[in-house]
Amino acid sequence: MPDALAAANVLDRQITRRSRLLTLPALLVIGVFGVLPLLIIVVYSFLAPAPYGGVEWHFSTEAYVSFLFQEDIFDGTLSFVPDFLLIYLRSLIYAVVTTIVCLFLGFPTAYFMATRPPRQRGFWVLLITIPFWSNLLIRTLAIMMIIRDQGILNGIMIDLGLIKQPVVMLYTDGAIVLGLLYSYLPFMVLPLYSSLEKLDFRLVEAGFDLYATRWQVLRRIIIPLAKPGIIAGSLLVFIPALGAYVAPLILGGGRHLMIGELIAQQFGTSRNWPLGAAQAIILMAGVMVALFFYVRNTGGKVQHG
Amino acid sequence: MAEALARKGLDLKHQPGFHAIAVICLLLLYAPILVLAVLSFNSGDDLVHFSGLSTQWYGKALANEGFHAAATNTLIISVTSMILSTAVATAAALGTTRTRAWRGQGAAFMVINLPLMVPEIITAVATLSFFSLLASLANINFGIGNLILAHTVFCIPFAYMPIRARLEDMDVTLENAAADLYATPWRAFRRVTLPLLMPGITAGAALAFIVSFDDFTITQLVAGPGQTTLPLFIWSQIRRPITPELNAMCSILLGISILFVLASYLIARKRA
Repeated sequence: MPDALAAANVLDRQITRRSRLLTLPALLVIGVFGVLPLLIIVVYSFLAPAPYGGVEWHFSTEAYVSFLFQEDIFDGTLSFVPDFLLIYLRSLIYAVVTTIVCLFLGFPTAYFMATRPPRQRGFWVLLITIPFWSNLLIRTLAIMMIIRDQGILNGIMIDLGLIKQPVVMLYTDGAIVLGLLYSYLPFMVLPLYSSLEKLDFRLVEAGFDLYATRWQVLRRIIIPLAKPGIIAGSLLVFIPALGAYVAPLILGGGRHLMIGELIAQQFGTSRNWPLGAAQAIILMAGVMVALFFYVRNTGGKVQHG
Repeated sequence: MAEALARKGLDLKHQPGFHAIAVICLLLLYAPILVLAVLSFNSGDDLVHFSGLSTQWYGKALANEGFHAAATNTLIISVTSMILSTAVATAAALGTTRTRAWRGQGAAFMVINLPLMVPEIITAVATLSFFSLLASLANINFGIGNLILAHTVFCIPFAYMPIRARLEDMDVTLENAAADLYATPWRAFRRVTLPLLMPGITAGAALAFIVSFDDFTITQLVAGPGQTTLPLFIWSQIRRPITPELNAMCSILLGISILFVLASYLIARKRA
């Protein structure tokens, strides 16, 4: 029946064409207003800064050079200045510490949620989801109001006679990490939960039958099976924590600069757009490395359950 | 061993200390916002000691003209971005779900989810650069439209997710039945597919609205003069001495976000 086959082929092609047309508007909007701007900052990073913000259109690698070196005004020699590098290193350390603490808090929480009766599970998921969608600026402000010198925590401790002078908690490393932890904890719990929810508890039972202790069951059975969730959750915390802007802005007070603020500064008060663009590209490269690691670790493997 | 544990009345799934950690996580996530909300009802202007219940700070917040102007801007931006992003996300979900696989579909899926993978600060400076280039090369400035377009881009993946999930759960046989009964494709879509898809679309729209409503980073960098949104207004207030009025404003914003999350959750949970 060549006619019927040909008709089916035409129909297939029509369906494919319709699918493409339906997807097109979303791709156009993201392409023009999302992807194109990313390409523009790649170009900007190779231009020279204009005196009042913006760029001057001649090729220059100065932005990347000044990321690591400073040029002497008199003899033009370059000397190594690690200021920016240190900010990147600090951001990396904050992001790694945040990811690890989130994992240690998030894994038990997700496991606890996954072992509740089904009705309670939905409620727990909702409880974790609400902060995930709530205003990040306001949630961070709430932390600031609690830990600042005149804040409620110091107020209570003074009232109780525990301390005489307020303890400085705001604008410290600890405050920023606390803020990051608080911002991104749900990003860790939710993927871990969806991984653990699918866990086959017969395997846990088999482990106990073979005289494994609780710790051995956790370490040798549950954690390996939850690996996709652990990797996904860690990445979902690590990437936004590395480029975080709100938490360091409010809880760091400009003293412990992170990459996000550094980039915003170049586009704001420092008026050096090419340098800011270069810094953004370097951050993006870091994110790509993390994503590559993710794809290599999960790509091609069938998720259990 | 398993039986021995079970006989002792122990739960196989139990891990010691996990319950406590789960409670700590909830406390960590909720204590700050609860404190913020409770102090907004304080009758005094003290942010440490609770002296009595009062809604006076809400009255002051709602009478604040800066707050009004910011609320108007926010509503214009969020509602428009919500409509635009939900419309294109619905079309894209129909084009990429339950359909014959087409060449480039994987790439299209990646592009739709791209705004989720790029750190927000990079999106912010890139969008700022884009619009400044547009202004300097072609003298084009969409005014508040700049913010609407920027928001629409990152709202699309959030609107897309629940719509796609709903489509994947939907029963194809109903649409086939419509076709068997000689409904035209458009009629079948209007009368069968769209009503069944509606909960997904509404849930997606609610999420798109919150994401736009709450955005601070991108808005702060892209907003021009006179385009203050509610989060930007609140940010401008914290440089002054903090009063419970700010707590009241923050609580109103939080309340709106939570209302929309709950709505989205309840609508999406409804089964077809």
